[in-house]
Amino acid sequence: MSTWDRFAETFLNATVMHRYLPDILSGVVVTIELALLVVVTGISAGLALALLRSAGIRPLNWLIIGVVDLFRSLPPLVVIVLIYFGLPAAGLGPSGFVSTWLSLAFVLMAFSEEIFWAGITSVDRGQWEAARSTGLSFGQTLLNVVLPQAFRLAIPPLTNRTIAITKGTALGTVVAVTEILGQASSAMSNSYNPSPLMMGAAAYLVLFLPVVVAARFIETRFAWKR
Amino acid sequence: MRVALNGPIVDARAVHKHFGALHVLKGVDLRVAERELVFVIGPSGSGKSTLLRCLNRLEEPSSGSVVVDGIDMLDPSTDINHARQRIGMVFQSFNLYPHMTALGNVTLALRLVAGKSRGEAEALGRAALERVGLADRAGHTPGQLSGGQQQRVAIARAIALEPRVMLFDEPTSALDPELVGSVLEVMRALRESGMTMIVVSHEMGFARNAADRVVFMDEGAIVEEGPPAAIFERPAHERTRAFIGQIQRH
Repeated sequence: MSTWDRFAETFLNATVMHRYLPDILSGVVVTIELALLVVVTGISAGLALALLRSAGIRPLNWLIIGVVDLFRSLPPLVVIVLIYFGLPAAGLGPSGFVSTWLSLAFVLMAFSEEIFWAGITSVDRGQWEAARSTGLSFGQTLLNVVLPQAFRLAIPPLTNRTIAITKGTALGTVVAVTEILGQASSAMSNSYNPSPLMMGAAAYLVLFLPVVVAARFIETRFAWKR
Repeated sequence: MRVALNGPIVDARAVHKHFGALHVLKGVDLRVAERELVFVIGPSGSGKSTLLRCLNRLEEPSSGSVVVDGIDMLDPSTDINHARQRIGMVFQSFNLYPHMTALGNVTLALRLVAGKSRGEAEALGRAALERVGLADRAGHTPGQLSGGQQQRVAIARAIALEPRVMLFDEPTSALDPELVGSVLEVMRALRESGMTMIVVSHEMGFARNAADRVVFMDEGAIVEEGPPAAIFERPAHERTRAFIGQIQRH
């Protein structure tokens, strides 16, 4: 047996791969569900917080900054573990799936709030003044004039952050979520062969590579000539 | 609240403005009649721009009163967004919305504030662009326009709302010299149409042949005012003389 054959036997074992393909595929479905939930709720909550913050109500802003800084500082895995093992003590018993979703959504919310906020504040004051001088209200100015420009500035850092945090769905394996990595590692221990892990890696690539490419497309779409 | 129907269209009295410890406006009185073009000149930091911005309440005066077209601008019960529709403003740095076309810039407030339908707003917007000579640039974004064209779009954005008064805050200061003329041309046409205008600017030539009255400000107060010929040829105050001497040396 050549070195290559031994390598293939170990990491690309067709029998093992064939056997565990359905498990990996069901993991893909779970990962997609989790990722979509995290992205939609995390970014909407982040945007909502940034909009609230722009209203400039002091005590509310301190609260927002406090929450945001908390979730930006904690490693996502710590948040997952805290929610999964901590909340049952408060009478709530979220599943691993819900714990992972909530944790990653909070973390994405925190980072996207900061990114949106940075975008909003970097829009020139003259834009506010021009819009307000024509009679637009604060809210109309924010929505029609400032936010579209803030989005343009926010999109590159936002897509990066979103991809990084969404890949964190793999952390769910720690609290028994049957997503890709969870399925791959249990298949690996059942088969005494790491081939399922290679399938898992491939599944992540198939899933996230298009997202990365789409992000690049969105970034160019949202750029405009000054 | 409507205060007076006759009399000056802009009536600012004893306007004070503090920025922290800085006393920027020290009791300025400015009355402007309908169809009048008032030119405000003065050294930088004299408070001319702040005065202008107090008239549409972009700056909140610390005390005093501002009545524009019979509306008390400082009354908390005044619908400020509605009142601002009557006061057009043009800024030094144009402040066009970069993510919209020229037409989009002009129609935004028509739709959102004046409540026009998209079709009506576009017709009015095109008419306004026509008035500043840019009907053929309606679909261009600000990035595709020269500085002079951008400033004319900004003027169109303001006049499309049919304001009673137009405020110009150094409208040509950010422009290359060869582009200044086109903006002054539009301002002259606007004046001929009977628009009441208050202009903060260093374009003394324009002041000389278009202004009804020139107001000289220094250190937050009006030092003197009068017809352009009087202010430029026979200034009464030493400070006015010094300022005009300096301007004309260049």
